[in-house]
Amino acid sequence: MTVEAGRAPRLRRFEMAPVKGIWRHELALYKRYWMTQSFASMVEPTFYLLAFGYGFGSMVAAIGHYRYLDFVATGVVGTAALFTSVFPGMFNSYIRRAFQHTYDAFLAAPVDVHELVTAEALWIAAKSSLYSCTPLVVALFFGLDPSFGMLLVPFMVFFLALGFGLFGMWTSSVVPSINSFDYVITGVVTPLFLVAGTFFPVDALPDWARYAARVNPLYHCVELVRHAVFGLRPLADLGHLGALVAFAGLMWILAVRGMRRRLID
Amino acid sequence: MTVQRAQLAAEEGEAGAAAISLRGVVKRFGTFTAVDGLDLEVPSGSCLGLLGPNGAGKSTTMKMLTAQALADEGSIRVLGFEVPAQSKRARAAMGVVPQQDNLDEELTARENLEVFAHLYRVPRRERRKAVDDALALAHLTERQLTKVDDLSGGMRRRLLIARGLVHRPALVLLDEPTVGLDPQVRAELWGLIDGLRSRGTTVLMSTHYIEEAERLADECALMSHGKVIARGSPAELVAEHAGERVVEHYGPPGRLTEVERVARAAGLPTRRTGPSVSVLKAETIPPSVDDELGPDGVRRAANLEDVFVVLTGERVE
Repeated sequence: MTVEAGRAPRLRRFEMAPVKGIWRHELALYKRYWMTQSFASMVEPTFYLLAFGYGFGSMVAAIGHYRYLDFVATGVVGTAALFTSVFPGMFNSYIRRAFQHTYDAFLAAPVDVHELVTAEALWIAAKSSLYSCTPLVVALFFGLDPSFGMLLVPFMVFFLALGFGLFGMWTSSVVPSINSFDYVITGVVTPLFLVAGTFFPVDALPDWARYAARVNPLYHCVELVRHAVFGLRPLADLGHLGALVAFAGLMWILAVRGMRRRLID
Repeated sequence: MTVQRAQLAAEEGEAGAAAISLRGVVKRFGTFTAVDGLDLEVPSGSCLGLLGPNGAGKSTTMKMLTAQALADEGSIRVLGFEVPAQSKRARAAMGVVPQQDNLDEELTARENLEVFAHLYRVPRRERRKAVDDALALAHLTERQLTKVDDLSGGMRRRLLIARGLVHRPALVLLDEPTVGLDPQVRAELWGLIDGLRSRGTTVLMSTHYIEEAERLADECALMSHGKVIARGSPAELVAEHAGERVVEHYGPPGRLTEVERVARAAGLPTRRTGPSVSVLKAETIPPSVDDELGPDGVRRAANLEDVFVVLTGERVE
């Protein structure tokens, strides 16, 4: 190694090197688990789509001007994004922090907590936004009309998955034990999943639930996805996108603070 | 010319300073004070053994050096960098081998090293070689594609050490590097650590294995209740606190108490050694006291363990 090549790297507050290193770790794990992960992440939303689309669709032919199957296909994109981001966010971060101590190992290297959190969340979001497109692809075979707007879906879903991945990491830093995730899943994730215009429109709900849906990031994501597939409404959609970005930003701050509190004595 | 990358990083900090310098460092956890006004310097290129019973503050001290614990008071410099303010630069130039095995069990030996070669910013074109070298150092070249879960305890520990060395750091922190290992494996790891020292790497090693410190450390710092209570080379510490020779007296409890009373009355340090009482500094025992102690004593050379027990107390909380 020459002196030239060995010059010490300048270390800034936020760097890509640790982020790439953590992605390298994720990639190595993914190589081992891609089959089971892909199976679960792609088949489950497909089951929801088919069960609701056919089961419910036999009674409800259309919602508004959407065919019910199309309505559900776009809704399930959002729920798939929720599940494939919030669960890895919660469980992987808890296990790697508290059981495997992987994060302690990373932080002994030149990696700071905010870089660790960012890298993990970006990885979760990237994976989730790709997997979440499965229902759309399946729906294409069942008569959903292809549109160019569909190509925007992974990018829209990315921000939701980023937010919920970070939400999961934040809760992992708050819960006293891994069993306490039951409260988060039943108390937070399930209502978010149901009251978001995924399987039925929020307009059908009582007023209070309609307003509650407005603060549900999943609702904004589902609206965005529907508009991307059936026709964008620029002004409203900027609002929805803004809500998702704001959610991700807020969750980033909470996740970084929570993880720092747990990882640095 | 080959120059260690991390040393260069260090030189950008402050040349000629001690590799590690702690001044008046205090760390509290609630009402418990783990580190209590610690002063410690580790000269560049030396191997310092940090000795002390469980709870003396060794691990907390190690964690403060990587800013994984933040001191409540005092100042810390590592390789010339202020910690925690510049801790990222310090961490880039040092390697850490934790007490607790935190390898990724699901990955292979090689993958574990590759991840850390990235995290330690080994340049892309040197990465493969750095990983190969680290594997060779740990004698794991043949097992590089084995999942960590399937490696033996000794192999895992070698890999853990190799992981902290993959970027050829100027300073290595070893927290209880051989705890819980077979004597054969320990001896092997000592060879590895001694190799580091002869390469000019600064080593700070915490241990409560006395033999480990005697064999590897240029100097030892004995910690108790969060402070350094004695410091020197193993030989100096033994000479000062335990003398040259020790006499061990065996017998029933009453006899042991009697030996302790006589020795202490004569100003000689003693310690319990299981079923016996050891009278330290035996070469200074006056003939009259020698008669009083009786002829049943077994003579042996004083060692660092005697110093350890005499200075940190017989009982450990």
